Amino acid sequence: MQTKRTTFSNAWLPYALLAPQVIVTLVFFIWPASQALWQSLFRQGDAFGIRPPSFVGLENFAALFRDSHYIDSLQVTLVFSVGTTVLAMSVSLLFAVMVNRMIRSRDTYTTFLVWPYAIAPAIAGVLWWFIFNPSIGILPYVLEGVGYDWNHRSSNTDAMILVILAAAWKQISYNFLFFLAGLQSIPQSLIEAAAIDGASRSKRFWTIILPLLSPVTFFLLVVNIVYAMFDTFGVIHATTEGGPAQATNILVYKVYRDGFVNLNMGSSAAQSVILMAIVIVLTVIQFRYIERRVNY
Amino acid sequence: MVENDRWGMLLSHLVLILGVAIVVFPVYVAVIASTHPPGTFVRGVMPLLPGPNALENYRIVISEGRSTAGTPPIGGMLWNSFVMAMAITIGKLSISILSAFAIVYFRFRFRMFFFWVIFLTLMLPVEVRIVPTFEVVADLGMLNSFAGLSIPLIASATATFLFRQFFMTVPEELMEAARVDGAGPMKFFRDILLPLSVTNIAALFVIMFIYGWNQYLWPLLITTDPEFYTIVMGIQRMVTGGESEPLWHLVMATVVLAALPPVLVILFMQRLFVKGLTETEK
Repeated sequence: MQTKRTTFSNAWLPYALLAPQVIVTLVFFIWPASQALWQSLFRQGDAFGIRPPSFVGLENFAALFRDSHYIDSLQVTLVFSVGTTVLAMSVSLLFAVMVNRMIRSRDTYTTFLVWPYAIAPAIAGVLWWFIFNPSIGILPYVLEGVGYDWNHRSSNTDAMILVILAAAWKQISYNFLFFLAGLQSIPQSLIEAAAIDGASRSKRFWTIILPLLSPVTFFLLVVNIVYAMFDTFGVIHATTEGGPAQATNILVYKVYRDGFVNLNMGSSAAQSVILMAIVIVLTVIQFRYIERRVNY
Repeated sequence: MVENDRWGMLLSHLVLILGVAIVVFPVYVAVIASTHPPGTFVRGVMPLLPGPNALENYRIVISEGRSTAGTPPIGGMLWNSFVMAMAITIGKLSISILSAFAIVYFRFRFRMFFFWVIFLTLMLPVEVRIVPTFEVVADLGMLNSFAGLSIPLIASATATFLFRQFFMTVPEELMEAARVDGAGPMKFFRDILLPLSVTNIAALFVIMFIYGWNQYLWPLLITTDPEFYTIVMGIQRMVTGGESEPLWHLVMATVVLAALPPVLVILFMQRLFVKGLTETEK
């Protein structure tokens, strides 16, 4: 890794400058993470200290994959992440393409589309929870008119749709800004050339614009999956609390439940380790892709 | 514009206006709900036009709170959120600009090692290591304190990377000139590097303030004393805290107040926000 051609020389100053960040990282990141790794290999002792924790190797992990609740939670997370990512990305791509065609009104539309980024996931959840409230909400009333009986308190599908909508709604601004920046960096001459050759608007979109957007799209894909898997705790906790019947119990929510509510430390630690592995894989993918983009 | 396409433009405007309406709708409903008296939510469907009770509702949440559901008045929670967000923002900015300075402008043993230690924080979001992090903070006696709310969240790899990236583009001549004039590293940092970084600091400030303000899981775990509740987690207590149906008019007034500060930050500093967002994610 490069530095400047000339550098300051000082025996202790660089360490002093790094110290605050390195200490915070060691105490609150590295140490807890290694604790989780360590605890995941033990069965916890009882609450009275009569039976000490015992080393069980990978038994906690094996137990997780035998546990049908954990397998269910994996599936729920998959559905939730894919649903949120696809919805948030397709809607914001549509908005970005439309806004990119505007000239005078571009900034106005952008302003109206970016602010949901500021809303906390928990608040986004509460907002949609209220709109879909089975007794006083507006959408259930409308849905009843078309013969659908909405109830996210008893229907698994309804609850899942609710949390996906809330999570995707909040993410639209982010994707929109990146898609818009990507669209603006496509050279206008390419599009004009295709138009002169007689390519229709939709043909130009599918054969020129979309392929040229693929770096942005791939980047957003990773970011959105990370968002849906790890940053949506608030959406779930403030609304469905994983229910009904575990139907929205995503992995990050389950770690919290098993650790703080069910007090099952060994299992919670093993789940933490699995989640860390997932984040590490996603981060590596994201960084490899950035390396590539620099060169292309 | 490649070809003149009147109907296409009209269609785009229609799609966008509809889209904006859908995006704004949840917040519109919240604002409307916060202006109605409690009786509205007992019977029938939620109205779509403002009611007469706005002042009364906001007065109640700001000055009285909901003692039965265990939520204190909003004023205190807003203040706590503000202090937490500012502490996280300023903490993140200062420790990352210092470490980026060390990494770019010095050559020393274990430089790569420290760089990787900082990089690792990217891979360990608080949600995935929640139980052991809570234990560390509890062991350090930092529960129910502003230190506990902010310090564990201030390590930031993205801010360090952004500053490092920016420092690499600062011309070498500036530093050589400063050295010829006899300036030490800290003087160079204070008088040259810091003023050059103002735009980057401001852009990151916007992003990190929103990040800090919107923290949810962390304050939920480490505050048991209502004196330290933050507004975003306070809403969850209002929704699930009571046994009956939540008092929606008060919940929605709180939601509006909780969302207002970060939304205003984005609307008034849109340019910096976009810069911060697109550059931290590179």
